[in-house]
Amino acid sequence: MADLKDLYQQIVLDHNRAPRNFKKIPNASHTAEGTNPLCGDDITLYVTVEGNVIKDVGFQGKGCAISQASASLMTSTVKGKTTEEAESLFRAFHDMVAGGPDAPADDKTLGKLAALAGVKRFPARVKCANLPWHTLHAALTGSDEPASTE
Amino acid sequence: MTMVRQASAAATAARTAAQPMLDVERVRTDFPLLMQHRDGKPLVYLDNAATTQKPQVVVDSVKQYYEGYNANIHRGVYKLSQQATDAYEAARVKLQRFVNAAQPHEIIFLRGVTEAVNLVAHSFGRTSLVAGDEVVISAMEHHSNIVPWQIVCEATRARLRIVPMTDEGELELDEFEGLISAKTKLVALVHVSNSLGTINPIKEMVAIAHGHNVPVLVDGAQATPHMAVDVQDLDCDFYALSGHKMFGPTGIGILYGKAELLNAMPPYQGGGEMIRSVCFDKTTYAPLPAKFEAGTPNIAGAIGLGAAVDYLNGMSWDAIHAHEDDLLRYATESLETIPGLHVLGTAKEKASVASFVLDGVHAHDIGTIVDKEGVAIRTGHHCTQPVMERLGVPATARASFAFYNTREEVDALVRAVHRVHEVFS
Repeated sequence: MADLKDLYQQIVLDHNRAPRNFKKIPNASHTAEGTNPLCGDDITLYVTVEGNVIKDVGFQGKGCAISQASASLMTSTVKGKTTEEAESLFRAFHDMVAGGPDAPADDKTLGKLAALAGVKRFPARVKCANLPWHTLHAALTGSDEPASTE
Repeated sequence: MTMVRQASAAATAARTAAQPMLDVERVRTDFPLLMQHRDGKPLVYLDNAATTQKPQVVVDSVKQYYEGYNANIHRGVYKLSQQATDAYEAARVKLQRFVNAAQPHEIIFLRGVTEAVNLVAHSFGRTSLVAGDEVVISAMEHHSNIVPWQIVCEATRARLRIVPMTDEGELELDEFEGLISAKTKLVALVHVSNSLGTINPIKEMVAIAHGHNVPVLVDGAQATPHMAVDVQDLDCDFYALSGHKMFGPTGIGILYGKAELLNAMPPYQGGGEMIRSVCFDKTTYAPLPAKFEAGTPNIAGAIGLGAAVDYLNGMSWDAIHAHEDDLLRYATESLETIPGLHVLGTAKEKASVASFVLDGVHAHDIGTIVDKEGVAIRTGHHCTQPVMERLGVPATARASFAFYNTREEVDALVRAVHRVHEVFS
């Protein structure tokens, strides 16, 4: 069960059970939708950016524990960060989960996002963890196309 | 299943008394992949509705073709080509007998059900549909029997009508008849639902459609691994199957069509093999079945599918039904003992598919956790998003059984699902 404990760490299960920032922001400056068409996971992300700082961020949607926890951890991490900082977290997060089983995690940059490091050993679940980040990227870059990890 | 259950009570009783038992342990030795262990645990393969495992005789038949008589068919005057042609055409006759078609040229080899539906949608659909016409499909179709019709309906400005389904996962037959009108040009129905296991009353539905002179296409992908199919008895106009769902290779399947309809339809793809003569002014087409088999076909696949049919012919459908019905009943009862678990799809006539959800846990998490126990099941929408929408769930976990599965494997699944609760507690 060691591997499964790596994937479903207590902090992941906690964020899945009680997701933070699970809310719609009515007057958000940026919004985007993301879907994993093969899984049926979907997420809508609301971001309020002032200057280049993410003042508020919320999400709604449904999906597996990994996608829900990832969205919850992401929103609580990027709040108060600049959009550039958020994009660089996305790159670090992506490298951690999609870099193969031996990918090193930049724990200093990632902080509690490192709780999802176990995903790298479950290739079928990488897109679950990445979906909220792709959606955030789409929201910040103003893409009209729904985000997808396919 | 259908055939057994429709028999009279007396006949059923007589059959039960003499019912051949399936020697599952012996049957399993025919399937090399089932002997595997993963992470030290025996592989428990319960994703048969996605694809089935292949018996050694199927693997060997493909290997023998490539090693012994690989040549292109129908064109060569040399012996090797004749040998390959004979094997390919012999496979067609095997498939003809398997579905009891009247003539071998009513069997078109193609990639599988997806290509078969696209063939009928484009060849029959585009030439018979005009603005305002209607195509009737059901609420439990696989995307492969929805999207081709949407594409053709959009191009012709025809309309798609949907036969609704009950909470139990049965089609509403009263509604079905009401949907058919003078505007209806075709009915396209799934024989057995891949996500719920429901066996639809196809013969009855064909009779209703024919009462209005409307032809019927049947998606038989999930039926042919579980039951004998007789297209003349069903009286359907088109019937499609996929080889890999019935213990044959991937990339091969058939479209059965009544000769009269197929003859009247234009070609679906142009190319080699499907012509009588080509000149720049006018090309004339070959007769059936070549008209619909443009290009070099999947020769090895057709031979392998023929071997799968031979393999199934060596078994007893009655024994398969008895075994699979027992597995389904046992799996349903065992799964329902797990707290918070709900089996979806409780039709009276069901093939051996158990789709389920677990309160508070997404299907993907179930799939990952049971995989660690060596149990392979499918999770997601199973290419039936409208079914998920209808039942109000984003996804399900689905265990689908073949005749080579055992009660012990059901036990392994149930133990593995209990682990889900442990992880999420």
